[in-house]
Parts: sequence; C-alpha cells; structure tokens
Amino acid sequence: MSAAPQAGPAVDGPPASGPKDTDGRTAHRPPVLRLLARPEVGVFLGAMAVLVFFLIAAPSLRQGGSMATVLYQSSTIGIMALPVALLMIGGEFDLSSGVAVITSALTASMLSYQLTVNVWTGVAVALVLSLAVGALNGWMVVRTRLPSFLVTLGTFLILQGVNLAVTKLVTRNVASDDISDMDGFGQAKKVFASSVDIGGVQVKVTVFYWLAFAALATWVLLRTKYGNWIFAVGGSKESARAVGVPVDFTKITLFMLVGFGGWFTGMHNLFSFNTVQSGEGVGQELIYIAAAVIGGCLLTGGYGSAIGPVFGAFMFGMVNQGIVFAGWNPDWFKTFLGAMLLGAVLINLWVQRTATRR
Amino acid sequence: MDRSSRSRSRRPALVVAMATAVALTLAGCSSGSGGKKAEEGGPGASAGKADTPRMTVALVTHQSPGDTFWDIVRKGAEAAAAKDNVKLIYSADPNAGNQANLVQNAIDQKVDGIAVTLAKPDAMKDAIGKANAAKIPVVGLNSGLSDWKKLGLLEFFGQDETVAGEAFGKKLDAVGAKKAVCVIQEQGNVGLDQRCDGLKKTFSGTTETLYVNGTDMPSVKSTITAKLKQDSAIDHVVTLGAPFALTAVQSVGDAGSKAKVATFDLNKDLTGAIKKGTIQFAVDQQPYLQGYLAVDSLWLYKNNGNYSGGGEQPVLTGPAFVDSSNVDRVAEFATKGTR
Repeated sequence: MSAAPQAGPAVDGPPASGPKDTDGRTAHRPPVLRLLARPEVGVFLGAMAVLVFFLIAAPSLRQGGSMATVLYQSSTIGIMALPVALLMIGGEFDLSSGVAVITSALTASMLSYQLTVNVWTGVAVALVLSLAVGALNGWMVVRTRLPSFLVTLGTFLILQGVNLAVTKLVTRNVASDDISDMDGFGQAKKVFASSVDIGGVQVKVTVFYWLAFAALATWVLLRTKYGNWIFAVGGSKESARAVGVPVDFTKITLFMLVGFGGWFTGMHNLFSFNTVQSGEGVGQELIYIAAAVIGGCLLTGGYGSAIGPVFGAFMFGMVNQGIVFAGWNPDWFKTFLGAMLLGAVLINLWVQRTATRR
Repeated sequence: MDRSSRSRSRRPALVVAMATAVALTLAGCSSGSGGKKAEEGGPGASAGKADTPRMTVALVTHQSPGDTFWDIVRKGAEAAAAKDNVKLIYSADPNAGNQANLVQNAIDQKVDGIAVTLAKPDAMKDAIGKANAAKIPVVGLNSGLSDWKKLGLLEFFGQDETVAGEAFGKKLDAVGAKKAVCVIQEQGNVGLDQRCDGLKKTFSGTTETLYVNGTDMPSVKSTITAKLKQDSAIDHVVTLGAPFALTAVQSVGDAGSKAKVATFDLNKDLTGAIKKGTIQFAVDQQPYLQGYLAVDSLWLYKNNGNYSGGGEQPVLTGPAFVDSSNVDRVAEFATKGTR
C-alpha cells in the first residue's frame, strides 16, 4: 500500500498518545487492552449492554421479527450517520443533513409528478441536486474558512425554507403529491424500500445497504489513500496540506458524500411513504451527529471509525424501540431515551479509559 | 489559485449532469400513469365578491412549517378574504412568545381585525389585551376553547378536542374495538392529549398511549410496528394526524397484525385510503371552515355588527366523521386540498 505515512488509521488508539512502543512502557500491554482501545469497541460493548438489558426487560423483543424492526430503525439513522461520521473524522460537520434528506425526496417527487415523467428521472435529478448541495457546503467551508457549524446552519435554514416555499408554490399544498401509481415507482420501491424474507422474517432492504455502506466506508478509511487523507485533514489541516494532501478536495467530497447519504435516505422515505411532508427532517441532523459521536468519532476531528457509528445507530434504534417493546410509561419516553444513551456513552468512555490506562 | 482552476474544471461535469437530466425528462420517459396529468383541475370554492370597503385582517396561528393541516386553514381564510374584499395578512410561529409578538405586529399595522389561535393562552393574554385596548376586534380559532371568553375574544371557531375524542371513543365502541393505541406525534401538545383523554373517557375497551417522533416517518413506522408486536391484543391504531395514519397502515402490515387504523384529521391521500378500505374512518374538524369563518366573522362584525354564537357560545366546526358512507363526496374537495 502506498498510503501516506502521516496520521495512520486509528487502529492503535488515539494518534500521538505518547511515546513509541520501543519506550518499554506500552510494549507489554496485553492484546485485549489494545483491542479495547479501538474507537468502536467501547460503543460495541455499550450497544451489547443495551441489547441484553432489553432482551431481559422486554419479552416481546425476543420474538422473531422484532429485531428486524429495531434494525430497520437503526438503518435509517445509520445510513446517514456513516457519511456524517466520515465528515466528522475529516474535521467538519453538517447541520443541514436532516432537512437535506427531505429536500431530495421532495425534488424527486415533485419533478416526476409535475412533469408526469418516469420517477427515475426525478430520482436522478434529486441525486444531482443532493451532490450539488453537498459540494456547495464544502466549497463554502474551504473558500470562506468559516466554521462548518455556521455555513451549514445557513444551508439548514435555507433548505428548510425552500422545502416549504417551493412545495407550496408547486403543489399548492405543503406535502408532495402521491406518486405511487406512476411509471417506475414499483422498480424504485424495490431498490430503495423493499423487504427481504429471511427465514420468515421480513428484513427491510435498508439494513443491507447500511451494512454494505459501512463495510465500504471501513475499507476506504483503513485501506485507501483517500481514507488517510480524511484522517489527515481532520487531524491537522495545515500539516496535511504541507505534505501534499489535497485538503479542499477531501473536504468538498466528504460534504458531497453526506449529500449522497441524504439522497439515499430521502429516496427511501419517498418510496416507502409515497408522499413527503415539507416540514419533516428538522432535528434529525442532531441524531445523526449523536450516533457518530456515540460511535467514537471526536467532535474535534481526526479520530474515529466507520464501524463505530454502526453501533451508535444501533444503540439509538435499540433504545428507541426497546422502550416501546418493554411497554414502559410513554410519558417518560424521552427521559428514558436520554438516560439510556448517557449510560451507554459512559460505558463507552469507561472502556476507553480502562484500555488506554497503563 | 490552483483551487479556482480545479473548481472550473468541475463545472462541465455539473453542466453535463444537468443537461442529461433535462434530456431524460424530454426524451419521452414520461409516466403513463399518475402524475399531474391525471390530476383533475378546477378552482376552489368562490362566491362572488363583496363591494364593501377594503379592510385588513391578520390571521396569526401557531403552525409549525410544512404541516398539511394548517395549510387547509389558511386556504379557508384566503377564500373568505377573496370573497369579502379583505386583505389577509397570514403569519405563524409555533413558539408562543413569538406568536404574541406577531399579534403585536398586527396591532402596530393597525389592522381592522385579528384572528388568533390560543395553543398557549397565557402567553397570548397581554397581546390580546393590547388589541382590545386599541379597539381591534379579535376572534379565536382552532385551539383555546376554554379560554377565549376569559381573554375577551369576540367569538370562537373550532372543535372541542375532548368532545372530538369522546365521539371517537363512541365510534370505536360501535365498530367493536377492544383495545386501542392512541399515537401522539408531538409530545406535550395539549390538544393532542385532550383527544386521547376524551377517547379514553368514552371508549369502553382499554387505551394505551404511544409517543412517536413526528418529524421522522421511518421512526414513526418502526415505533408503531414495535408497539403492535409488543401487544398483540391491540385491534385499533388511532392516529392524530392524516400522514401518520397512512404510515400506521404500513406498520400494521410489517407487524403482521390485524389491527385496523382510524384517525383524526383528513387530507387527500387519506380520503383515498378510506375509499380503498385500508383506513376505517377519520374525524374531521374542518380546518377550512375554521379559517373561513374566522375571517368572514370579522367582516360581518365590521359591516353588520354580527356575533356568531352570540358572543357567548363557541361555534363548533367538528367532529364530523368521514367513512366509507360519505367519503366520495368529501374526496372531491380533499383532492383540491380544501378538506
């Protein structure tokens, strides 16, 4: 592999975390502890703890098919949490990702409906638009050098307004029209929103995309030059630039990757629910970011993994649905959710600390 | 500088992509079914135009952006405004403090009448007091049934949410339901709680409450699925908004449950589902009527001194049931987005 040597993939703990192996102090660290120091292991244990807890507390969760529901919920968060995590490793984040999902879905739906064309046309145009929004976000961030918080907050508000105003202008309502009887809808539904029968259990196709995307992202992060660039620009932009990493290219493409994720999730929303309400999506960006952070990505960039956010999203889905499966008093729903997440993050943190302590 | 050359070299890619999209659109991949071509056109309700002097009415609601329900309220208000030679100023904010500011804004503009929703009556008290002091007539609509008189409003148009819930509960009894789950899409919304409470009061079976995240449909879908799997005794899913009812139908399928779905509030997709029989019935509070009557009543007050409800009683716009027996008639109007 001709990968650049700087900021190696985070397989051996946080970068620059002390002297080299030859120092003697870390040489005898048992392999178990070294494993525990990986960014995704803490969240893995946290997720397993939550899973075991609910398997005990909620008998109906043990039925076949219940786990499919949990995985479905996790996958719709997880597919977006992946590019969001990569972007965070690259040192930026995107507040517009929640409404961008709805922008994409509305574009595909309204374009197909208004022009009465095959829905695949709308799907293609929505992809172009989503990538363009991502590119614009990235371009503004690298050009203005403003914090991505500010730039994407701007995009978030713009898209929120555009979603509403354009939908109203075009359809005279605030939701898109039902496109389920149009040409191509059936095919698109198969691609984006079908189910697969596994031993009598209907598993939503998004679960498979989620895992496939995660495997792909892991490979890119750990085995390709581009993956090294991501760690490098997130760790130190200036030194990355100094050793020849194309910083602007990396950042812009990462934002476009989030755009792609938004398009995919948006298409799933559209083809599973036939119509889209223009006010949806607000607040989802924080859930994606939370899943990435719980999954071990640092808010400061330069550290994290692609597999961590998978468990982060699973934890979110598990807690979200587990509370319902357990049949707890729903008035406390949000409180349970917050407490479980904090607890899981604390386990995560404790594992990290224990593992990296000498 | 190498940055600018790189961005220039990317531009052709974008142009090609856009051109491809346009070409695809034009190159005959048009849809043979559905789409705008299949939608029947036709104007909304119109009834001539009054020759009274032009007046200005402000409608200030607690709508959150992109909600189909409020869009229908606004259309009703616009129809009345067009008929009555009224200039309508519509504004909305779900935050009660901001909504009160919008009322103040209307007072500053010296409008001839204000129609306002009272989702959080206490927060609106001062602003309404100032409107009364400025001798601007104020009417209430949609929410605030128990507070409108206290706050000195002229009239009120809306549905008693508890009464609607009670009617819903009786209907559930009539169709033989035993166990219902009441799905709340916005935790902490008083009106939604009142619907479920009213339902519990009259429904002789058991009722459970379920909270879902209304801004994320996949999450709504899986949460309802989870609930149905957790409790297989549930035979009716009750949603409090039309889009959530359509999602609940999918949840029922996913959970392999036999539960039936019924809902509060309507939209055009929902009338289609009632026709098909996938949704049993809907309680309609006629949001169009609320917007229409609120504006029209201010016109009547200014031009003829009338009070609907005599200034003593609220004017109820619901609950009206829509089911297979009357859905065809309602669907006609729902298609235009006015029911």
